[in-house]
Amino acid sequence: MSAERSARLSEPDRPWMMRTYAGHSTAKASNELYRRNLEKGQTGLSVAFDLPTQTGYDPDDELARGEVGKVGVPISHRGDMAALMDGIPLGEMNTSMTINATAAWLLALYIVAAENQGVAQDQLQGTTQNDIIKEFLARGTYAFPPAPSMRLIADMIAYTVEHVPKWNPINICSYHLQEAGATPVQEIAYAMSNAIAVLDGVRARVGATGAEGEQLMEQVFGRISFFVNAGVRFVEEHAKLRAMSILWEELGRERYGVQDPRHLRFRYGVQVNSLGLTEAQPENNVQRIVLEALAVTLGRDARARAIQLPAWNEALGLPRPWDQQWSLRIQQVLAYETDILEYPDIFEGSKVMDALVAELLEGARAEMAVVAEHGGAVEAVPYMKGALVDSHRKRLRRIEAGEQVVVGQNRFTETEDSPLTADAEGGILVVDPAIEAQQIEALRRWRAERDQAAVDEALAALAKVAGKEDPSQNLMVPTIAAARAGATTGEWAGVLRRVFGSYRAPTGVGEAAAIGAPPIDSELGELRSEVSRLQEKLGRRPKILVGKPGLDGHSNGAEQIAVRARDSGMDVVYEGIRLTPAQIAASALQEGVHVIGLSILSGSHRELIPAVLDALHDAGVSAPVVVGGIIPEQDVAALQKAGVAAVYTPKDFDITRIMRDIVALVGAGSDGSSGNGSA
Amino acid sequence: MSTDGAALGARLRARDLSAAPAALNLLESTAPADREQAAALLREVSPAALGGEAPAHVIGVTGPPGAGKSTLLSALLHAWRDGPRDQDGRARTVAMLVVDPSSRQSGGSLLGDRARIDFDPADDGVLIRSTAAGQRLGGLAWATRSAAEALAAAFDVVVIETVGVGQAETDVADVADTVAVVVQPGGGDALQFLKSGIMEIPDVLVVTKADLGQIATRTARDLSAALRSLGAGRARVLSVCATPPPKGVDELVAALEEHRAGLDLAQRRLAARRAAALTDFAVEHGERGLRALGGRSEAQALLAEQDPGMDVPALVAELERGLG
Repeated sequence: MSAERSARLSEPDRPWMMRTYAGHSTAKASNELYRRNLEKGQTGLSVAFDLPTQTGYDPDDELARGEVGKVGVPISHRGDMAALMDGIPLGEMNTSMTINATAAWLLALYIVAAENQGVAQDQLQGTTQNDIIKEFLARGTYAFPPAPSMRLIADMIAYTVEHVPKWNPINICSYHLQEAGATPVQEIAYAMSNAIAVLDGVRARVGATGAEGEQLMEQVFGRISFFVNAGVRFVEEHAKLRAMSILWEELGRERYGVQDPRHLRFRYGVQVNSLGLTEAQPENNVQRIVLEALAVTLGRDARARAIQLPAWNEALGLPRPWDQQWSLRIQQVLAYETDILEYPDIFEGSKVMDALVAELLEGARAEMAVVAEHGGAVEAVPYMKGALVDSHRKRLRRIEAGEQVVVGQNRFTETEDSPLTADAEGGILVVDPAIEAQQIEALRRWRAERDQAAVDEALAALAKVAGKEDPSQNLMVPTIAAARAGATTGEWAGVLRRVFGSYRAPTGVGEAAAIGAPPIDSELGELRSEVSRLQEKLGRRPKILVGKPGLDGHSNGAEQIAVRARDSGMDVVYEGIRLTPAQIAASALQEGVHVIGLSILSGSHRELIPAVLDALHDAGVSAPVVVGGIIPEQDVAALQKAGVAAVYTPKDFDITRIMRDIVALVGAGSDGSSGNGSA
Repeated sequence: MSTDGAALGARLRARDLSAAPAALNLLESTAPADREQAAALLREVSPAALGGEAPAHVIGVTGPPGAGKSTLLSALLHAWRDGPRDQDGRARTVAMLVVDPSSRQSGGSLLGDRARIDFDPADDGVLIRSTAAGQRLGGLAWATRSAAEALAAAFDVVVIETVGVGQAETDVADVADTVAVVVQPGGGDALQFLKSGIMEIPDVLVVTKADLGQIATRTARDLSAALRSLGAGRARVLSVCATPPPKGVDELVAALEEHRAGLDLAQRRLAARRAAALTDFAVEHGERGLRALGGRSEAQALLAEQDPGMDVPALVAELERGLG
């Protein structure tokens, strides 16, 4: 470096792309929201789909009940996609879609919507998340078994590289791993292992050998981007991103023979941490978000390409447009008021930063070797899931013990009443429950008015290609044809479910249990004694059913409850995600459980919890029900009135205490007979 | 107030499946009042009360973790529920007892297998119950045996699923009419265990994941050869793929039935009940108790004199009478 080198860049960098993860209720309502956000200076779109769309069900499916339009927008067919993008020029927009199991389908709808705007597919820019391994590990919106899911991804990559060249077909996500409890080392190692599985899958599927194959892999590698997380320990988090850049370049050169420096660049978008956001004193989340944003913007060599920030009230419920505007303004203040874009990399030559990066690299390489020993990321899903559940358990124990300080939650808890949550809805967005019926009605009209013969033919063609594993037949082709013909999300996924089979991912709780129980402190020891006393009283070991009704796949909380219940000495029937009320009632009856714990984070508790209570009543099960999740304060009384024994929200972070409550609840309800739990 | 065991037993005898969950709650209880009622329940479903052996086909399914037992059970469940019907047009009713290993330290357990078995919750002809293996070694839950006996009076098929190879399947053999050991391709344990005699000869050996092709075929061939060299050519080896497109599931259903048709059922179950009574007695009273009866063979002789229609608790009571 020359001595004259200026401390400043000759010209400041352009800001990153600014997005807001948004969508709710209907395509029309979401379209209005997008247009307003773009007027406010947002520079890209980030589409949030509702859970039925993410998992491949139409709004009239039994599993969709209570979920339509809740955590995102429902998109059932090309008409919905056209309404969502109405008036937004798709040739110029850069659209990121948080869509995975059904990514091929939503991209097909987007391509068709662009066609109808007169925009060719090779003009389209954006990203489909499309990372199925992290769905198995952390997020739960998978639809098909691992092998056909990886085939869909490989086909999509092969298709877009050729026909939609500016599209990022996959965003490898380390984001959700951190939300599931990953340490920085685990986050790096599992994301990189995941990328290897995807790249190897593409190489195998398209038979990339010879000079042409090398050229193709070069392009494929260059199109892979990442979606990362940043927690509040922002110095280490920045080091994590530098370590990922180094590993990615190394992987490209050594494993895939990539040479073009542009293709070797580690490109990532970011949504900063939601796990650390608290329900208690939620205004503190604003400063957490700001600091986390620094982790991904401060150092030029590892700066994010695109950023979306969560809202301050995410632990309370769904954010309103005003809450999201606040988060967008944080980005704008960082980019336009501060001087961070004016300098070269400010950590270059820092001994501390280099040492931190070296430490993370060493740990990540060792953990990547463990995943490789398991046969790669797909085969190692149970291992990684168990390791994540175990890390999350340790994190929660540290917070419970006060070793990890969370301001306003386990320390400095004295507070004034917050004016931010004083309105009738408690400072969150509540989706009109009438939306679901309207969507079902609209979908029926769509089905009645379309050319049914064309749809049937398109779906038959899709089934045929899916049934053969002929690499020359790319699944995207019949998928786009079905989108054009007017097929629905549930129909497309239904065809593939029939051909590929259905699947349940490992829950990780058994694997985490095998890793070993935590050290018994006095609190846990006392709890075990209580459980033993209760067992004497009941005649059987207390048995709890833990499950998640509906389509919400965020199972981290339910898993921690299940593991802790086991550690306290209970028998735990853990059923995982995506259960219907009928399934929960049948399990409760057949298993003879003493208590039922349900977890919902998607905001569908108002519909689903009463439905589960009705199903339990019809089955003759009298065991008490407790509910945990993101439950707004104003909904708690209604749930209790409906018959829920207790409600736990993110501010109840002490799980051992929740367990004590549950044990007391079972004890109070038992009359000492074996018949407890069912009539 | 304790549950009325005799009434539950009578309902099971009348093939009222809705009595099953409460019956299982009672049979799992260790409370003294419940133990009495449990004995009353079992009396109502004893061969004497039924006028013969319970009608169900009791099948033990065992194998190492990851062998694909849950997927196989899902496929079997569908084959039984959707398969041939009896003369009244009724599909076979199925109860599954799923035994999970317990956490030794806390005593608590995670019963996760249920989630892996795919079934229609609205189908009241199916019952799935998970139980923890508890403190007992060998893999069978404390109450699993009596649960299987009670359910066998009401259901057409009773499956007991356990984890492990070796001790687990010997335990299951004391309860089941037919024992199927499930292994995955390439796993050499079953072969080693068979050759060394650690594993008893199963009635049916299932090699899963037939979609893996050659490696599955080779595993099946090696196991067949090992069985022949042990002089157990009658044991069947089947290669099955339980995920779509399924393969060999109907053949497995047929092989299980064929095995049971060839059994002297009354003899096998009578021997099993007497062996179980002796085990229970020894757990309760130890070697000292056995010596007081004049040793193990004297105890066996005493059991052999009893009415063949007696249930296990009644047999244990007879042995205890010998203690004076």
